[in-house]
Amino acid sequence: MSMLAATLSSGWFLENAWLIPLIPAIGFVLIILFGKRMPQGGSEVGLVSMAASLAIAIGATVQWIQRVNSASAEGEHALGGFFGFARAIVPTATEEGGHSAAFVEPVVRTWTWWQSGGLEFGVGQHIDGLAIMLLLLVTFISLLVQIYSTEYVSGDRRFTHFFAALTLFSAGMLVMVLAENMIQLILGWEIMGLCSFMLIGHWWEETANSKAALKAFFTVRVGDVGLLVGTAVIFFGANDWAVERGSNGFSIRAISAWALSGEASNSVLFWGGVALFIAAIGKSGQFPLHTWLPDAMAGPTPVSSLLHSSTMVVAGVFLVARVYPVFFVGFDILDTAVNLITIIGGITIIAAAALAFVQDDIKKVLAYSTVSQLGYMMLGLGVGAWLPAVFHIFTHAFFKCALFLAAGSVSHSGSHHSFDMKKDMGGLARKMPVTATTWMISTAALCGIPFFSGFFSKDEIIDNASHNGYQFFYWVGLIGAAMTAAYMTRATYLTFFGKARGAAAGEHHDDHADDHADDHGADHGHDAHGHDDHHDAHAGPHESPWRITAPLVILATLAIFSGYLNAPAVGTHYFTDWVEPVGVAVEADALHSAGDEGHALGLAAVTAEEGGYSEGCGFSDPAEGTVCYAPKLSHAVFSWSKAAPSILLVAFGISISAWLSMGVFGDRRNPLKGLTSRSGIARRGHAFLVNKYYLDHLYEGVIVRAVAYPMAKAAYWINQNILDGIVNGVGRSGRSTGEWVYRNLDQRVVDGAVNASGFIASETGHALQPVQSGKVNQYGALLFGAATVGAIVLILVNI
Amino acid sequence: MYAVNFLILGALLFALGVFGVIARRNAVMVLMSIELILNAVNVNLIAFALMNDSAEGHVFALYVIAVAAAEVGVGLAMVLMIYRNRRSIALDELSALKG
Amino acid sequence: MSALFAADVNVAQNVGFYIIAAVMLYGAVRIVSTRNVVHAALWLVLVLGGVAAQYVLAAAEFVAVSQVMVYIGAVMVLFLFGIMLTRATIGSEDGLNNRGWGLGIPVALLLAGTMIWVIVDEYGSSVIESPDGPMPTTALSDVFLREGLVPFLALSFVLLAAAIGAIVLARKD
Repeated sequence: MSMLAATLSSGWFLENAWLIPLIPAIGFVLIILFGKRMPQGGSEVGLVSMAASLAIAIGATVQWIQRVNSASAEGEHALGGFFGFARAIVPTATEEGGHSAAFVEPVVRTWTWWQSGGLEFGVGQHIDGLAIMLLLLVTFISLLVQIYSTEYVSGDRRFTHFFAALTLFSAGMLVMVLAENMIQLILGWEIMGLCSFMLIGHWWEETANSKAALKAFFTVRVGDVGLLVGTAVIFFGANDWAVERGSNGFSIRAISAWALSGEASNSVLFWGGVALFIAAIGKSGQFPLHTWLPDAMAGPTPVSSLLHSSTMVVAGVFLVARVYPVFFVGFDILDTAVNLITIIGGITIIAAAALAFVQDDIKKVLAYSTVSQLGYMMLGLGVGAWLPAVFHIFTHAFFKCALFLAAGSVSHSGSHHSFDMKKDMGGLARKMPVTATTWMISTAALCGIPFFSGFFSKDEIIDNASHNGYQFFYWVGLIGAAMTAAYMTRATYLTFFGKARGAAAGEHHDDHADDHADDHGADHGHDAHGHDDHHDAHAGPHESPWRITAPLVILATLAIFSGYLNAPAVGTHYFTDWVEPVGVAVEADALHSAGDEGHALGLAAVTAEEGGYSEGCGFSDPAEGTVCYAPKLSHAVFSWSKAAPSILLVAFGISISAWLSMGVFGDRRNPLKGLTSRSGIARRGHAFLVNKYYLDHLYEGVIVRAVAYPMAKAAYWINQNILDGIVNGVGRSGRSTGEWVYRNLDQRVVDGAVNASGFIASETGHALQPVQSGKVNQYGALLFGAATVGAIVLILVNI
Repeated sequence: MYAVNFLILGALLFALGVFGVIARRNAVMVLMSIELILNAVNVNLIAFALMNDSAEGHVFALYVIAVAAAEVGVGLAMVLMIYRNRRSIALDELSALKG
Repeated sequence: MSALFAADVNVAQNVGFYIIAAVMLYGAVRIVSTRNVVHAALWLVLVLGGVAAQYVLAAAEFVAVSQVMVYIGAVMVLFLFGIMLTRATIGSEDGLNNRGWGLGIPVALLLAGTMIWVIVDEYGSSVIESPDGPMPTTALSDVFLREGLVPFLALSFVLLAAAIGAIVLARKD
């Protein structure tokens, strides 16, 4: 015991936090190499490696909290006890309108990875509050999901590969979280993308699944281009400044400090920020690129709950939070009433929440809900509410993971592997009490009912939006909250109340082919694979075994209590103290002194000016010889009167939705029943939402067709004309010219213009048709010919 | 020694290689023409290295040689596969990309 | 021709260059015009050997040796195997050219003309000083292991990938 205490007080865990991603990485290799020969198919390696990582993450968390506490004690004897609750409760560190807490030096260590052309690329760890929070979160949820998976995917034909991919994912996410520089961050980011692809397509034999995997991969890839561009832009902006101070332009600390130094060019920050934000849009499923996330539900439910709700998709939010100074200064966050982040976040909240209303697949409801909640996090970052947004990552991870696992539990044991709420669910509350209770608790947290965790985080975001002058987005947040409450009530009612339908009523599909043949079959993931053999023994819905319910209970408990880490209503702000970087200027040599022995506690902090919101880091340039690492943000003060509108709206949303659900889906006759089939407006609105605003059509139909269609026409033209020879071609074009003239003389101007533009487009297509012959030699001739012509043009221009 | 000697030799070899790529119908012949093009580039690299008295040009030429070796390996494997599937390596019969 | 005998020009070197270059160009023309695939491969050996000889003239001995070993030793064997395995006619055959092969002539002429124009314009009168000796191999290794290390490593991956890819592609099953 004394050894443990000694280790804990030495800072060993913080120093060696790099072990946290390394262990699952080794675990992945072991599973891939030996997993199939192990008694549990490699899952034991995954579980052990995640448990070991979790242990180190817990140790690091404890030490980080000690570090924060002793830094704010500043010379006073640091209080004993690992948590120092006594200190944190007394609001010494936090006052209204901003922090005057002491600066806590992050634990930074770097090693040279490779060097090329005088540039050194490092790997390392950058442990601050944000990283610690996510390290703990990811290891914890990964462990729970792996426990859950041992039951959920047991008997699957790619059981070992499933665990290998899950473990590799955890390693990738952890690498990204503790990344010391942008290169390492990109590395982790890409590993996650790969694992997401592999896991969505886990049951690739079905076309829908492999299509969903490809869609996810390519859509996110569009955003990833932004990550590379943004990193390059920021690097070229920051490198000179950073090299002068013994760092380089990839280092996250250097980037933050440079952005706040006042020497950074605003346009570099803006465009770098835009590029990085595009990456965040792709990864976190924000508005124009959100379409992949609901389709990603084709993957197994544990994957949805781990990757596509609680951890991987927050990577975009994490990216913005990680290099927040770039966005803070680049988008001028506290001086505007609207900026790119808030616009995208706001649209996402409302659009995704509206889509969640029309989904029949329980996982898709949750997927759109995830998209919407990620919108809240983005909105929070956009309005300058850094801490509430990060806190929302924390609470959302627990309750959304619980919701997904509960949905998986329902399909596993309640609805015979169906996810269709209207067909196969209903009335399950009595049959599956544990699942239903945990679902309801998590739903309450998601809706933001007071005293559940979501209330404390979401309400803070909404409150701070108005506090920082984003009045419009305050209302967006409120409306989103009401919509969230409403669609979750609908989903809850459909799943757990009312009359049991389909499989929930004990009907067995005779054959799984039935399931596949229905019109929804192609849309949602069938978790049925590999279960068929041992599942016929079950008769009707029943509660799931403990390996499924235990993670559910743990997560639901956290869905209630995690909010109290930062519940202004009861006066706690541990999370703020532990996670929020303190926006004071510190001595400049901190940038590189943090090399290998970076655990000098509490670097002498230059006292920040008290009072005004317009001073301190991010508002005035740091004094000579000092640097800032984070903007100094103020927090809105909580009061029940300010929380009242959102509570009322949530209550309103729940009651309206409950009334509607009972009316539409219940037994009683009701005028609302069949509204969409009777009213044209309602039907069109429904169709608009069911078709996801036609975004997929836009991407696949219009854009792809605009490229492919002319080519197809070109091919046709070749067949028709090449062989007919020139004479025929001349005659044809003569005739078309005649027709064109005729039409223009004859028709009215508007018609003529319309026809002409179409005609010109098609003639241009015709002219380019011979190019696409399919013959390599001809392509080669064109390539070299065009290169030569281009070279000649360049030469002539330069003469 | 004149610099133009090497450079013009490179240019001529390059042009001949290009002609081969365009004119030849046999896939193996096209690969040979590509080797000509790569060697033309290498001649230029060595010439510039000689002019600047630097080792980088040589290193780059070695890179090109290595890449060319890889390219021939994969290229010939592809040709063999095409031959197995179609009993012919005439390039003008391979027009699946025809638009 | 008077420039050939100017004081600062090494005559022997230039004469050697012209002889080798003439052989190489003739070989290259034969490669792209012969009607016999095997002959084309043998002409290619000649041209590649000529390139190696030019490297020696240009003081690039290490590259010249690599050229001989990799190209004439390995690549040419691959080509000959490729020709055998695809059962090309040993002896001349018709139809080695495309129907549209004439298109190659203007493109190649245009390309050659442009390049020669630019080269003469830029380097027409510059004379390379005779090197004091071959480029030392240590200089190459210094570049390889310092600035060129990352591309060097990347290249080894490329070679590995190519080897695996070639096996996968050419495998029978």
